[in-house]
Amino acid sequence: MHTFDLSVDEISKIEGKARLSVVVKDDVIEKVQFSITEFKRFYTQAIRGKDVAGVPQLTARICGTCSNAHLLCAIKAIENALQITPSDQTVLLRKLLNYGLIIRDHALHLYFFALPDIIGVDSLLDLDENNDEYHQILHDVFEIKSVGNALGKTIGGRSVHAPFVAVGGFTRLPDEEHCKKLIAELEALRPTVLRTITLFQKCTFALERKIKYVSLKSNDFNFLDGVMTMHDGSTLSDQEYSDYLTHVVIPHSHASGYTFQSDTYMVGALARLNNGKDTLHPTTKKDVKNVLSLFPSLNIYHNNLAQALEILHAVDSSLDILKTLTIAQEAPQAIIRKKSSGIGIIEAPRGILFYSLSIDETGKITTVRIVVPTGQNQIGIEKSIREYLTENLHKDKQTLIGEIEQIIRAYDPCMSCASHFLKVSWKKKHS
Amino acid sequence: MTNKKKLRVGWFSFSCCEDSTIIFTELLNDHYMQWKNYIEFAYFLPLQKKTSFQDIDLSFIEGAVTSEEQEKMVKKIRDCSQKVVAIGACAVSGMPSGQRNTFDEKTQKEIAPILLRFTYASMVKKIADVIRIDAVVPGCPMDENIFLKVINTYLSEFGIIKTG
Repeated sequence: MHTFDLSVDEISKIEGKARLSVVVKDDVIEKVQFSITEFKRFYTQAIRGKDVAGVPQLTARICGTCSNAHLLCAIKAIENALQITPSDQTVLLRKLLNYGLIIRDHALHLYFFALPDIIGVDSLLDLDENNDEYHQILHDVFEIKSVGNALGKTIGGRSVHAPFVAVGGFTRLPDEEHCKKLIAELEALRPTVLRTITLFQKCTFALERKIKYVSLKSNDFNFLDGVMTMHDGSTLSDQEYSDYLTHVVIPHSHASGYTFQSDTYMVGALARLNNGKDTLHPTTKKDVKNVLSLFPSLNIYHNNLAQALEILHAVDSSLDILKTLTIAQEAPQAIIRKKSSGIGIIEAPRGILFYSLSIDETGKITTVRIVVPTGQNQIGIEKSIREYLTENLHKDKQTLIGEIEQIIRAYDPCMSCASHFLKVSWKKKHS
Repeated sequence: MTNKKKLRVGWFSFSCCEDSTIIFTELLNDHYMQWKNYIEFAYFLPLQKKTSFQDIDLSFIEGAVTSEEQEKMVKKIRDCSQKVVAIGACAVSGMPSGQRNTFDEKTQKEIAPILLRFTYASMVKKIADVIRIDAVVPGCPMDENIFLKVINTYLSEFGIIKTG
């Protein structure tokens, strides 16, 4: 009979702060708590009363990791509310900005957070560059991140809190010549990304979770629009998705949890691949055909592999856009303020990001609801840990802690995003 | 010039979006091969599990201070570090993480149960409100050029690299 308690006050190699606490008595798992310990910054309150033009840059500060996803999602909600239709050029530039984020952010998670567990080191920074394999890994991570970063900087002015991105368009347009220079860098990056995919394909970690996998599905896997899609192929409207989300207070966590249709579910790269692998870029599909046969997958560690595949898709999709891109000088669409409400949903690197805003007749925000990916995955993380423990109580404490941390990292949680809201009462309005 | 002694750096995050950490990880793209000869991390939770407060030469702190627990940690960092640098807007100015300081009475009442439940401090503070700091890197996120100047200054000051 196993009796023990496990406690990790600060889990390393994740975005932000989280705590783990497990109590097992006579082979009975009495407690599994994955607690997000980041203090709230109360953005839902701070946004109220702010003019729509300033809101996206403020909400970008919710999270430095995926700031441009918050920027784009807030803009989408506001433009939907105010019936602003972005130009074709703006749509393309936003896609490029987001592909830069996907490349940069997935590479950070895969190499700095997930890979050390796979190769058995504490930190990527511990790798000996005189070892050929490790030298290649160090080269690859910095090359991928660097190109993703350059894409974000070129399009948005900076890869974090991109300053040129605004409601209605871009306040400053990228230089066409600088854009064209990225083509060679992205083409040169493809072999590196293929190595990354192979690296994570070799990982034998497994934990199957028979839960709902939910994502936006578009016809070109573009992350910024599409139809809410379930693992069984059924679809939902944005409003239905909103209605099916149930807020769950998790007493030991600073962050809100969610269930979907009263069930545990997962959002993120694994859900996107499970639901939409057929819509990946044709060149990506051709080059990783065998790897894609692993999807749909119930193995939550395949979230890592799915992220690696998404990097290649982001590279190929960016190349398509850049090769035909011409920059016409255009100002952002005018903002005509009016009483309205709007929903914005996009696929952030870690999954579905949801904004719902109400605006008064002067353009000030009156109510806001923001649901982030990690909030949606939080209950699933805890349940995954519990499921893992039921089969592994015989292992020693250090192994258990290490493997539980691996599970958490596979979900790629972002605590900065998850903890900085306070749930407010929300009444559905019928038109 | 390389030297066997490396600068022992602590990297700490408090209430913020951790954008300066992201900027630092992007700076590694260009500077890692150089810095690995000069810098070792005593504490950097996003990148490594092992932590130490022993003999830290230089600590970078991002984020504002929003609880007494955090305030104690910031003071501990000061005690363990020869130099402390506040990085990013929240650490340097307290904002935007400190926006609850500016809420009206009605909004303060709305958030009060959360403040009580998780033992928040009554006000959010910038790092200089809690400890003496030696330098700042302002910006939201931190200005990477100022950061590079600061770190090069300390690499020189601690005798890790020779300048001039």
